[in-house]
Amino acid sequence: MKCTILCLILVLAAGSVPAQTAGEIIRKIDDNLSARNRVTESAMTIHGRRGSRTLTAKSYAEGTRKAFTEYLSPAAERGTKMLKLEGQLWIYSPGTDRTVQISGHLLRQSVMGSDLSYEDMMDDRKLAEIYEPSIAGEEELDGRPVWILELTARVSDAAYPRQKLWVDRERFVPLRQELYARSGKLLKTALLSDLQRVGGRWYPMQVLYKDMLKQGKGTEFRTTQIAFDQAIPEWIFTKAALKQ
Amino acid sequence: MLALKLAIRNLLGAGLRTWLTAGVLSIAFVVMVFYQGLLDGWNLHARSTTREWEIGGGQYWHPAYDRFDPFSLQEAHAPLSPQALELAAAGRIVPELITQATAYPDGRMVNLLIRGIPPGQQLLSLPTAALAADSVGIPALIGRRMAASLRLQPGDALLLRWRDRSGVFDAREVTIVGIFRADVPSIDQGQIWLPLATVQEMTGMAGEATLLVSAPDQAPLPLAGWVFKDTDFLLKEFTEVIHSKKAGSSIIYGTMLAIALLAIFDTQVLSIFRRRREIGTYMALGMTRGQVIGLFTVEGAAHSLFALLLASIYGLPLLHWLGTHGISMPEVADATGMTIGDKMLPVYSAGMVLFSVAVVILSTAIVSYLPARRIARLKPTEALRGRAQ
Repeated sequence: MKCTILCLILVLAAGSVPAQTAGEIIRKIDDNLSARNRVTESAMTIHGRRGSRTLTAKSYAEGTRKAFTEYLSPAAERGTKMLKLEGQLWIYSPGTDRTVQISGHLLRQSVMGSDLSYEDMMDDRKLAEIYEPSIAGEEELDGRPVWILELTARVSDAAYPRQKLWVDRERFVPLRQELYARSGKLLKTALLSDLQRVGGRWYPMQVLYKDMLKQGKGTEFRTTQIAFDQAIPEWIFTKAALKQ
Repeated sequence: MLALKLAIRNLLGAGLRTWLTAGVLSIAFVVMVFYQGLLDGWNLHARSTTREWEIGGGQYWHPAYDRFDPFSLQEAHAPLSPQALELAAAGRIVPELITQATAYPDGRMVNLLIRGIPPGQQLLSLPTAALAADSVGIPALIGRRMAASLRLQPGDALLLRWRDRSGVFDAREVTIVGIFRADVPSIDQGQIWLPLATVQEMTGMAGEATLLVSAPDQAPLPLAGWVFKDTDFLLKEFTEVIHSKKAGSSIIYGTMLAIALLAIFDTQVLSIFRRRREIGTYMALGMTRGQVIGLFTVEGAAHSLFALLLASIYGLPLLHWLGTHGISMPEVADATGMTIGDKMLPVYSAGMVLFSVAVVILSTAIVSYLPARRIARLKPTEALRGRAQ
């Protein structure tokens, strides 16, 4: 009898998860992944043909328009800094003591040999601003219940006109992301894992990016430390900060 | 005439010394003609080939287009006006639409430019008729350098990724329908040629172009919204390279010429020292100092005549052979990014040869005159005794 009541309670509890619309789901994803600002320390492991190498970096981001990254290791990359400011990207190289603006062809180059291009880093508007979502189904992924979301661009300048997301139904974080070209060709995938509770939100501490048109095992991006809503001095997001 | 006769008799009398000096001078002359002929031949070939394959009689550019700045391609495109469309239909201009893309041969990532061109064009030597093939999805044409770099053969598929005018990613496979062989690397390295209409559809730029290539016999027209660039402008960088090469090569043959001229200078100094009595005799017989200086200057300058004689004996057949067979260029010559054929054929223009002859004669005359000026300071009485002041 006790067992039956317990089962009934569990069923009712499960049924009590409020039905989510696709729009609400991506807004919650944005709430989890975006913040007013954040400071992170990360390790990026690039798996190439001749082995793997890891770069560590410290980044500061303010909304989606400003970001500053300084590479900490290895020695060859230490001191390299990147500044994203209102749609423009600069890189400072300590070896040459020069700041170069990245645009045109260069934006298509990969970042430090990874599966991410500079232009991938440039376009990080919130999903809800760009896409019209729809729920395509539900399934289980790595033991977690997920919604499968189909995102179709509602703006004409979305880099990827279609995306597919596998979203954790309880934590509202995508566990898998597929990015498609206009022709329907799968261009990139991202596998998000190691979700942790940070400052009242769920955040994926590890992401495996893979350029599906390129050979290789992809690029692992591990967040080792993250803090949201910090007091970041305004001078960090200036070109002068690149040479400091 | 008397001075020339005396000079030739004296030079022949000097024997081996004269022929050695003239020999070195003749080598400098032949090298000078060869180097200049080689650069002139390269210049002529590169200009005509670039006109045939790439620039025609000039190009009309979109005002934002800069061929050295790929960033400019994002803005450098505009619809063809009715006048431009008429000219294109008549085959007087060829529109090209250019956009940046990334190719993925064998999973590698290679940045390139997609160039859209009408398959039916006949203004340029590009074999664009192959792009009319409708048996394959998207036909593409590449040059041999690009084919070697991407390891592609006709019939191979190549995955391209690009962004349209709004920045939206797209990716499709194209099929290589032809590989052309051109000496112009700027239409080959890092370029892939697709049908114009396909590129317009891919980029969402229907009816638009980045530049218009004009027919060689077409006078420049005022096309609204387009800026005409003549062939001098389009070949400006190459012209500068040729000028720079000419300056560089002049150091080589200038050094050889300097060695020969130094020998003539020394010969003159020695000759004046050893022939003081002869100089005194000329003066005693009534020749003015100027006439004696002239005699010695002609004698020194006559080395150049001997040198030209020698050069014509061995240099003419050698230069003719080089002009006919050319000089084979190594494979790495392609990597220079300059228009250069498999062989470089020297071209010897009459003007260039006459200029070289004039340089040799004039420079020899100058170095012969400089030591001869000392004669003006000689006193006939002292000279007759074999003394010099």
